[in-house]
Amino acid sequence: MSNLGFNIAGVEFKNPVMTASGTFGSVGKEFEQFIDLSSLGAIVVKGISLDPWDGNNSPRIAETYGGMINSVGLQNDGVDNFIKNDMKFLQKHDTNIIVNIAGKTVDEYKEVARRLNDTDIDMIELNISCPNVKEGGVAFGTNALMAESITKEVKSVTNKPLIVKLSPNVTDITEIARAVENGGADCISMINTLIGMKIDIHRRKPVLFNKIGGLSGPAIKPVAIRMVHQVSKTVKIPIIGMGGIMNGEDAIEFIMAGATGVAVGTANLINPTATMDVLDGIKKYMNDYNITDLSSIRGIID
Amino acid sequence: MCVTKKKVIAKILKNEILVDNVYKMVVKSEELIFDFKPGQFVNLYSKDKSMLLPRPISVCEIDEENKEITLVFMVVGKGTEEFSRLRENDEVYLMAFLGNGFDLECEGENIIVGGGVGTPPLLELAKRLKGNNKIFLGFRKDVYLIDEFKKYGEVYVATEDGEHGEKGNVIDLMNKYVEKADRIYSCGPKGMLKAVKEYAANNKIEAYLSLEERMGCGFGACVGCAVKIKEDNDKGYKNKKVCVDGPVFKACEVMFDE
Repeated sequence: MSNLGFNIAGVEFKNPVMTASGTFGSVGKEFEQFIDLSSLGAIVVKGISLDPWDGNNSPRIAETYGGMINSVGLQNDGVDNFIKNDMKFLQKHDTNIIVNIAGKTVDEYKEVARRLNDTDIDMIELNISCPNVKEGGVAFGTNALMAESITKEVKSVTNKPLIVKLSPNVTDITEIARAVENGGADCISMINTLIGMKIDIHRRKPVLFNKIGGLSGPAIKPVAIRMVHQVSKTVKIPIIGMGGIMNGEDAIEFIMAGATGVAVGTANLINPTATMDVLDGIKKYMNDYNITDLSSIRGIID
Repeated sequence: MCVTKKKVIAKILKNEILVDNVYKMVVKSEELIFDFKPGQFVNLYSKDKSMLLPRPISVCEIDEENKEITLVFMVVGKGTEEFSRLRENDEVYLMAFLGNGFDLECEGENIIVGGGVGTPPLLELAKRLKGNNKIFLGFRKDVYLIDEFKKYGEVYVATEDGEHGEKGNVIDLMNKYVEKADRIYSCGPKGMLKAVKEYAANNKIEAYLSLEERMGCGFGACVGCAVKIKEDNDKGYKNKKVCVDGPVFKACEVMFDE
């Protein structure tokens, strides 16, 4: 019997496959008819802010070679709506609930975290890496001092284990990883999208209304693998790896690079059963190579 | 799990060119659940792995008994170009049926307004509506599906140069030929939909518009295809998803960017 489970900061995961925030509807309702949500290691909820956010103007999506660029901009109905209306849906399923939180100021992040204290969510994912919001977002994630400070501040008000999601749009990601570890993060998730742009040469205009957006999909996987590998050699806290995972083999690559769990993002949009296909692929790999525990291959690359 | 839509492999029964760049493809899949409303669309998936995202294609006609779907689409990029090259007995990945559809309750005088490649989804609608249909179709140059539409109502055609039908646009035709209408159903380019919305408001006619926006997934997961829809809240609107909240919206609720 293969052991796919692990524990992060006291939270038990039955398997390593999670959803990447923002790629699974708001809370996963759209996927209920395609997969059994209880089979997931965790549902990572789309970014939630204190007040409802509109997100950016359309067009928000552009396809690129082996990837896509989005500038959705964290459209969401706010934390109170989440607690009132979405928690019931999530609690029906036997899986961990991780809430990605966003804000324009440190105080906003803290207030969202505070309001989640009395809920049954399992962990908070601090989004300091979204490239599509003007204030907050990536600004906190590209400066080590600010990343450490916001991690500390949110950690001081939350009673949930804290994951910090890192941006790849930095000179040295290990510096930011070290900073959030110092700030008290229990886990790191990485990578968020790479900043990209696409131009419609016939209209001579950027495709996205916002001009730039976040590049995701298999096109960014090698960058993500490299960064997970570097960070895993730098920090002691666990890493949830993501960036272009399309199948079980991709997930194994992340685990060998040092990830404890993996998150499936863009693949959900192409194939709504992608998470289950990734999980099956991991099991098949373990079976093929007679691996009984994923920890035996975790971080094996020097 | 309640499965209402599925990603399946469909077989191509026919794929023919209608006019320059516009193709009519008939696909069949026994696996599909035919709980269909006119205005809904399907996702077609490219075999080329470099093109990740599905292409949303509106449904032109349905044959529920034989589990066949007719899709009429325009070649606008690499994805649709690949679909245009599919031949009989080829297979394509398809997800159906997506989005909401048109309300079919009207029994009075129906006005159906289509523009260009927005015309095809209105054919199954025209077929299923009760009451009398007046159908206004506008094209830039080449016209298609006219004879099919004629089976289900009086058809008026406008083209930019007047080579087919009358010179002008669908609003010109409506001003000329509509005496009474209970409801308007429309699909086409944004400029035309804006004009239809204005026409409906001026004439106090209930209208439904099928919108188009760049989509990621087609089933509500990515929140990529937002449009502003009027709502009774502080801002007066809410960003809704064309793929699941639409593509059909009440015209009076659609807020086009001015």
